[in-house]
Amino acid sequence: MFAKKTIDETTWDDLEEALIGADFGPDVTEQVVDDLRAKVQRYSTTDPADLKRMLREVLEERLSKLDSTLKLSNRPAVVLMVGVNGVGKTTTIGKFAKFLRNYDRSVVVGAADTFRAAAVEQVATWADRAGARIVRPQQPGQDPASVAYQTVELAMREGIEIVLIDTAGRLQTKSGLMDELGKIKRVVEKQTEIAEVLLVLDATTGQNGLAQAQAFIEHAGVTGLVLTKLDGSARGGFVLAVQEQTGIPIKLVGQGEGIGDLTGFTPHVFVQNLIA
Amino acid sequence: MATFGTLSDRLAETFKNLRNKGKLSPADVDGTVREIRRALLDADVAFEVVKAFTTTVRERALGDEVSKALNPAQQVVQIVNEELVEILGGQQRRLEFSKNPPTVIMLAGLQGAGKTTLAGKLAKWLAKDGHTPLLVAADLQRPNAVQQLQVVGEQAGAAVFAPEPGNGVGDPVKVAKQAIKFARDKVYDTVIVDTAGRLGVDADLMKQASNIRKAVDPDEVLFVIDAMIGQDAVATAKAFQEGVDFTGVVLSKLDGDARGGAALSVASVTGRPIMFASTGEGLDDFEPFHPDRMASRILDLGDILSLIEQAQQAFDEEEAMAVAQKIATDSFTLDDFLKQMQQLRKMGSIKGMLGMLPGAKGMREQLENFDEREIVRTEAIIQSMTPQERQLPKLLNGSRRLRIAKGCGMTVTDVNQLVQRFEQASKMMKTVAKGGVPQMPGMGPIPGASYAGKRPAAKKKGSKAGNPAKRAAQNAALASGKPAGSPGAAGSGFGLGGAQGDKAPTPDELASLQKMLGRG
Repeated sequence: MFAKKTIDETTWDDLEEALIGADFGPDVTEQVVDDLRAKVQRYSTTDPADLKRMLREVLEERLSKLDSTLKLSNRPAVVLMVGVNGVGKTTTIGKFAKFLRNYDRSVVVGAADTFRAAAVEQVATWADRAGARIVRPQQPGQDPASVAYQTVELAMREGIEIVLIDTAGRLQTKSGLMDELGKIKRVVEKQTEIAEVLLVLDATTGQNGLAQAQAFIEHAGVTGLVLTKLDGSARGGFVLAVQEQTGIPIKLVGQGEGIGDLTGFTPHVFVQNLIA
Repeated sequence: MATFGTLSDRLAETFKNLRNKGKLSPADVDGTVREIRRALLDADVAFEVVKAFTTTVRERALGDEVSKALNPAQQVVQIVNEELVEILGGQQRRLEFSKNPPTVIMLAGLQGAGKTTLAGKLAKWLAKDGHTPLLVAADLQRPNAVQQLQVVGEQAGAAVFAPEPGNGVGDPVKVAKQAIKFARDKVYDTVIVDTAGRLGVDADLMKQASNIRKAVDPDEVLFVIDAMIGQDAVATAKAFQEGVDFTGVVLSKLDGDARGGAALSVASVTGRPIMFASTGEGLDDFEPFHPDRMASRILDLGDILSLIEQAQQAFDEEEAMAVAQKIATDSFTLDDFLKQMQQLRKMGSIKGMLGMLPGAKGMREQLENFDEREIVRTEAIIQSMTPQERQLPKLLNGSRRLRIAKGCGMTVTDVNQLVQRFEQASKMMKTVAKGGVPQMPGMGPIPGASYAGKRPAAKKKGSKAGNPAKRAAQNAALASGKPAGSPGAAGSGFGLGGAQGDKAPTPDELASLQKMLGRG
């Protein structure tokens, strides 16, 4: 649509298609299209290249309203990683541990997913690759809250700076599991303040992403979002609605299965990749 | 979630004042189609699929004869449901076993879709069915994927072929090939090849998947896709179809609340059957895919569709017309009353029907109090009468009433009450037929009563609801409502209608019910 010579009705159809296709959802799409139509009229824009620029600005502006920095100044800084099944929590922990190790921070990982087959081994491999310590459950199926507790305890005892706690994936519809998350949080908070509760969201998710975020915020007090698998064809547009409706900022972006494939969130870069 | 689903609300709004016509006009249809388009996008159905789908629906809606049983909104919704089920289930088939074992099943999909867990489920299911499955650990990439499959295999009671440790060590194509030979040697009759998750845009990994496929020549390649996936479903499905090709689809994590529009996208774009539904993390959480359930999940209409179906089945146009005629011409008899009762019963358990409506939970009290046996008792009494008595209730003197009571095991009081109610109902129906508002001392609100009052211009029919379920319900409510001053027997006739004040549904519930049954 931006390659055409003028802005006409088909431009707006194309724009709608593009925004829906990027998972922004019908509501946000409608808002953005209306916003741009008004702007185009006000400024008598005719060049599609200008429209492209305006689109980028609109999206960037909307995505920049929140502070995307990670709050890791506590000692130890405890980070809880939560989300539904298969989104990339464990891989993100591996990447994040490596990232912190690159800055010479000491890191311990708590393998508090005591449910899924070989989850402990999986996160242990990542910890090893990252050069971080690991606290495993003492017996299979151990209460995740107690593993979290033990991890934080070790960090406090030995002065380890950052604690990353992996949890089992759970669909937000499972109230028992959501309660379990609340318990993990409470148990850790008895020892020390939790620095960040990061909700990991898969970029391929559709409109259910919003429901996920709302449920996890309610039960786990999420402080930041991680958007993963952005190296695929999915654009993750639903995060705009999540940010706006929940006030929770996107703080990290995952773009691959390699240990280095993690960046902070920069609205400008995100939008550039979206509207190439 | 809204009690009646946003779509239902919006549809009801769209068709407030529509009357039945010969054919549906574009204006009738477009409103509904817009709402459905919106609902499908909200449900994550791919944009291009929504466009094509709504075009088809619009064509059918304009081409079909308008249904006399349904209002236009309901009719379009029914068409949508039929089309959805057709796309979702049209290609459906069972797993195909090879004539020369082993049957080879290969799993493919994005990272985190649920392939490894599915492998375990398949193995367990096949073993239960008397097969000897072998799980193959061909994901040598994701940390500890091999181990995960081994644990899963143990839980499923199936053997696992894992010659390589994974975590970057080993060649999946080789492993897959070796696995087939192993299976033949050790006489396993099915082989389930678990592969690494991969992106559709990753050319190298798609090539690898294609090579694995060539190496094992599978009887089935199952594409596992997460029910919560959004618009990317189409690009990904196409990439996998072109890169590896698959014979069937498995939709996973259906125990969540994602609407699952991806199912429609994938089925529509690839034409492949959706064979299974994965509904949990446990190895038993596995079932054949149900296209009709998926269709209602995507459209989020509760069971309004079954209600529409039932309405159509029970509906007998001529019958209703004849009754209406009689009411209008002042000749409603006990026979007609009986027919109305039977009509009501034919529609299946009323409790069950009402229970199906989204929001029925709110009316549970009313439902519980509703006593269907009342209708049975009424029927019994009338059937104990002679045809003459049914035509001319005036004939019913003391001795006749006694005979009738004895004949059906009731008391004379019961018979008296019935006759009283019938006479009241008859009077009321005539008033309604003439377009007035019936006086109903001692009765609580009746569903549809407000319609009787608000209807414009004289139409000489009893209940004027377009939906026959509603019409019959209204007539029954009128007919079997409690007479003035009778003691509060709960649930007499039609619980919702006949109750005294304290058992009446709230105005909100009533409004919802009315909306649900369609305003004709």
